[in-house]
Amino acid sequence: MNPTKLLGRFPIHVFLLVIAFVWVVPTLGLLITSFRTPGEIVTSGWWTTIPRLYDVSQFTLQNYHSVLTREGLGLAFRNSLFISVPSTLISVIVASLAAYGFAWLKFRGRKALFLLVVALMVVPMHVTFIPVITAFRRIGLGGTYPGIWLAHTAYGLPLTTFLMHSFISGIPKELFDSAAIDGSSPLSTFWRIVMPISVPALASVFIFQFLWIWNDLLVALVFVGATPDVAPLTVAVANLVTNRGQNWELLTAAAFITMVLPVFVFFSLQRYFVRGILAGSVKG
Amino acid sequence: MARASRVSVVFRGLWRVPQVLWSCTRRTTSFVMRRTQERPWLFFVGPALLILGFFLVYPSVATVWRSFYGRGATLFGDIRYVGLDNWRYVFTHPTMTGALRNNALWVGVFTMTTVGLGTALAVLLDRVRYERILKSVIFVPAAISYVGASVIWRFMYAYRPAGMPQIGVLNALVVALGGEPQGWLLLRPWVNNLLLIVVAIWIWTGFCMVIMSAAYKNIPKQLLEASRIDGANEWQTFRKVILPLLWPTATVVGVTMVVQVLKTFDVVYVMTNGAFETEVVANRMYKEMFNFRNYGRASAIAVALFLFLVPFMVVNVRRFTGQGGAR
Repeated sequence: MNPTKLLGRFPIHVFLLVIAFVWVVPTLGLLITSFRTPGEIVTSGWWTTIPRLYDVSQFTLQNYHSVLTREGLGLAFRNSLFISVPSTLISVIVASLAAYGFAWLKFRGRKALFLLVVALMVVPMHVTFIPVITAFRRIGLGGTYPGIWLAHTAYGLPLTTFLMHSFISGIPKELFDSAAIDGSSPLSTFWRIVMPISVPALASVFIFQFLWIWNDLLVALVFVGATPDVAPLTVAVANLVTNRGQNWELLTAAAFITMVLPVFVFFSLQRYFVRGILAGSVKG
Repeated sequence: MARASRVSVVFRGLWRVPQVLWSCTRRTTSFVMRRTQERPWLFFVGPALLILGFFLVYPSVATVWRSFYGRGATLFGDIRYVGLDNWRYVFTHPTMTGALRNNALWVGVFTMTTVGLGTALAVLLDRVRYERILKSVIFVPAAISYVGASVIWRFMYAYRPAGMPQIGVLNALVVALGGEPQGWLLLRPWVNNLLLIVVAIWIWTGFCMVIMSAAYKNIPKQLLEASRIDGANEWQTFRKVILPLLWPTATVVGVTMVVQVLKTFDVVYVMTNGAFETEVVANRMYKEMFNFRNYGRASAIAVALFLFLVPFMVVNVRRFTGQGGAR
């Protein structure tokens, strides 16, 4: 590379360096601060620890211990799992069943019904809250796990059904023909042929839906926000910001706890995640 | 005692479910059995249709209806018909016009920046050797919650009075450059709103970059070569060759961003809860619903949000179902 070209590319590197800074520094600050004592956090900026990061004795795990026990984030973490995993499973199962039905079973109004399902992506969940919480109050589902499982399933359903449909409808017809000749019922065809073939699509939809639910705040606030025994991490951390807005040692540790699982999922399953998030970006 | 009541709260709903399901099942089992034998499709699409009907179709209609009735935290009983009062509130009350203005600001600034920056990064990163690592770094925030990101940036904006050691990066920079520390989130109405938007930009730029990068790498390299051989410099090549080819993808991504940001709620809820003129429509709807128990106004706000979203979502859904659109 000749010198003028190198010089010409200099601004590009500077620009990218600045960008890298803006994307790394906030998270790095959070991470370091979460291991510092409250006294040190307010007397010196977290960046002052960087020259002596090797000195582990200045750091503490006390903040994590405090938020997980005293501030109830341990419970909230469990609740997040109890909400995300079943919600995701139910929505993937219901969506796969529907996708297979719409793609391969013959019935009147099939096209119209499927279009209706997909068109429901247009409806933002905000429009549905009031009637749904009113009904939940009446049947006792407000502030319960099953209530929020069903809510998450419903709000993700138009998209998950559409995604599964576009995969399942692409399965070669011959497979279904030979299954029918062998006398396979629709249900066993679904279990033995459709589900095993759809594993890659299932993985994408599962991961995307899981992360979406794990990171959700609004649905959780509306359906279980007033019930700390069911409320997930996002609600717990939002409350922590309201009640202890200046206790940075607690806030940073709490925020980091919410990020651990999704970031782990992100790095281990990046390929599926990209596919899922590309497809999922139009969720209503 | 407290423990017992906590447990009962959690499981009250759990035992209700089998109870409700059982009573429904008993009544419908024979009916469904007969039906599914003649019509297996009912077994497959039935659950989805039931859930969507209960959670999306019926509530949408009920909310539109409710938006013409007065305050109160009930859907049907004990409410008064008020005509267009709630709708007048949505479009004329200062709180709401402020929220609408902020939503417009969010849509404009957020969409321009995420799509613009995402495109720039996609093109520039293609020319450097550390592309992979920097892409990962910028994309990671897509996996974390708005709540987590809001805490991260609230700490970036942290303020302490002049003379005390600054612990937020932004104020530390300002002081190091000889300025006065600022309570950033109190600087209404422009600075604080823009700083809230930064949080969302930080989350979504990676998403835009990934899609724009995929589109950029699809452009045949011969096209760029040809343009350079014809004597075009890098900027001209970008303006006249790359940009027109990326434009359709950029519109698709832009529409997606608009849909995301019109519904913006979490960042505002966590960082300011709408104080200091940072209110947005979704946050206002939440307040009317839970803090003021005014279901009439909350319904009107929700339906208004729905109406704003429709044109953008229609574009997106049409593209999805392959009935036109840019791809």
